[in-house]
Amino acid sequence: MKIDNSRAKQLRLDFPILNSNKNGKPIIYLDNGATTQKPQQVINAISAFYETQNANIHRGLYKLSQEATEAYEQAHAFTEKFINANPHEVIFTSGTTDSINMLAFTLPEITNGKNIVLTEMEHHANLVPWQQLAKRNSMKLKFIPIKDDFTLDYAAAEQLITEDTAIVSIVHTSNVLGTQNDAKRICALAKDNNAISIIDAAQSIPHSKIDVKRIDCDFLAFSGHKMCGPTGTGGLYGKHDLLEELPPYKTGGDMIRSVSKENAEWNDLPMKFEAGTPNIAGAIGLSEAITYLENIGMENIEAWEKQLLKYALEKTQEVGAITTFNPGVEKSAGILSFNIAGIHSHDLASLLDDDNICIRAGHHCAMPLMTKLGIPGTARASFYVYNTTEDIDALITGIKHTKQVFAKGIPK
Amino acid sequence: MSNIEETLSEEMYREHILDLYKSPHNFGDLEGATHKHKGFNPLCGDEITVQLIIKDGKVQAVKFKGQGCAINIASSSLLTDEIKGKTTQAIMEMKTPDVLDLMKIPISSVRFKCALLGLETLQKAVQGSEPDGNA
Repeated sequence: MKIDNSRAKQLRLDFPILNSNKNGKPIIYLDNGATTQKPQQVINAISAFYETQNANIHRGLYKLSQEATEAYEQAHAFTEKFINANPHEVIFTSGTTDSINMLAFTLPEITNGKNIVLTEMEHHANLVPWQQLAKRNSMKLKFIPIKDDFTLDYAAAEQLITEDTAIVSIVHTSNVLGTQNDAKRICALAKDNNAISIIDAAQSIPHSKIDVKRIDCDFLAFSGHKMCGPTGTGGLYGKHDLLEELPPYKTGGDMIRSVSKENAEWNDLPMKFEAGTPNIAGAIGLSEAITYLENIGMENIEAWEKQLLKYALEKTQEVGAITTFNPGVEKSAGILSFNIAGIHSHDLASLLDDDNICIRAGHHCAMPLMTKLGIPGTARASFYVYNTTEDIDALITGIKHTKQVFAKGIPK
Repeated sequence: MSNIEETLSEEMYREHILDLYKSPHNFGDLEGATHKHKGFNPLCGDEITVQLIIKDGKVQAVKFKGQGCAINIASSSLLTDEIKGKTTQAIMEMKTPDVLDLMKIPISSVRFKCALLGLETLQKAVQGSEPDGNA
């Protein structure tokens, strides 16, 4: 079913926090790029696990442990199917940052090559781990530039990705610009040059259909909390052969087949990478979030968010004196960064907060991108399936009010 | 229940604050500065640089520059006005309430960092002994 305002309002009923009040006013949540709200179904699944199935996995010989193990393994299977991965190709992690750090510490064991290619629009999560790797291993970082229309310069990418490239790691959807990058194209360039390709899908997996076979990436990192799942969940997809080849990042219990005083043999995938007791309840919550999103339909979610973006672009244009940093509806997810002339984004966010309108303000963990754009930060509204055009109307009213306050100042 | 205060943020945007935001005092570069520091607010990416001429333990001149929100720019303006002629010791003894007194507005807790970036940067500049220290 296609989503429109009335369907979005119906979906909103699933989210307890969006039906609550703060200081007697409703919450207008437009910071979904930071984290999304959680539907009752996910909250219930986590509670139900603790109330009826809680036990450690892969060890107990009793029924409760078997049930917990089955639920956890089913969460793995759901997640794999969600992104069209083969069985055992998804490792559960605490999120995108954890997934990328894992790669930054283990990939040097299986790759040669002198440089790492990123883009100028990376979130710090897909930048700082590679900076550290470059320092440790005397490698060089290269950045695919952004064009004036806020899209990647693919011609430059063809020049930057060479036989000397070990790793190409790019953001799928920019958390600042909303730009949806052509991951398939970049991964093909990496493959042509025998480089490892990695996709930071933190901002794409919650909002669009991800097919790792179609993208043909070697690895793909994502977070659960940005897609209706609990915080502290997420995953790393990797092609089976690469995951077999890659050494474990963390070692300890549950990831071994046998251990002597001197040596250990690694367990099968994905346990080899999941040392210690994993976030079992979190994985079950994530799996429920995936079911929730699939019932709505990823294509429907993406289409609705683009409609909201189109509406927001039109409305901000009408207000005037607003600069937007967005490549346009065709090339963008439902993320809109903007600045109002003469008003700092922090001041706007504070004044909007008076009416419980939640937006992000600042550098969005993408400081090099801000430097490139020549600004200290932006205000950012980011949409999800439960947002409506009325939410954007409230934002516009708040922006107009902020402009009035700044024009006059409230009297002493 | 939450302890988040119910004071409206709008209370911060008084005329005198916005006037300072639009026309900050002591804004720009200071020639012959003996002390300098660049401070960051990692939360929002704002940065300000404070430059001073300190002679015989007293502030002869001070200027600041940078990009920031209204709260940050207004507090830095008021603070740089306040410290002219003061001893470095008096500056190092300044604390949060001193800044809030100067501003004469209720600062919501999430904006404390904005209000205090000026003081933090100033104190670090004063501590740095060599010219351009820590810049």
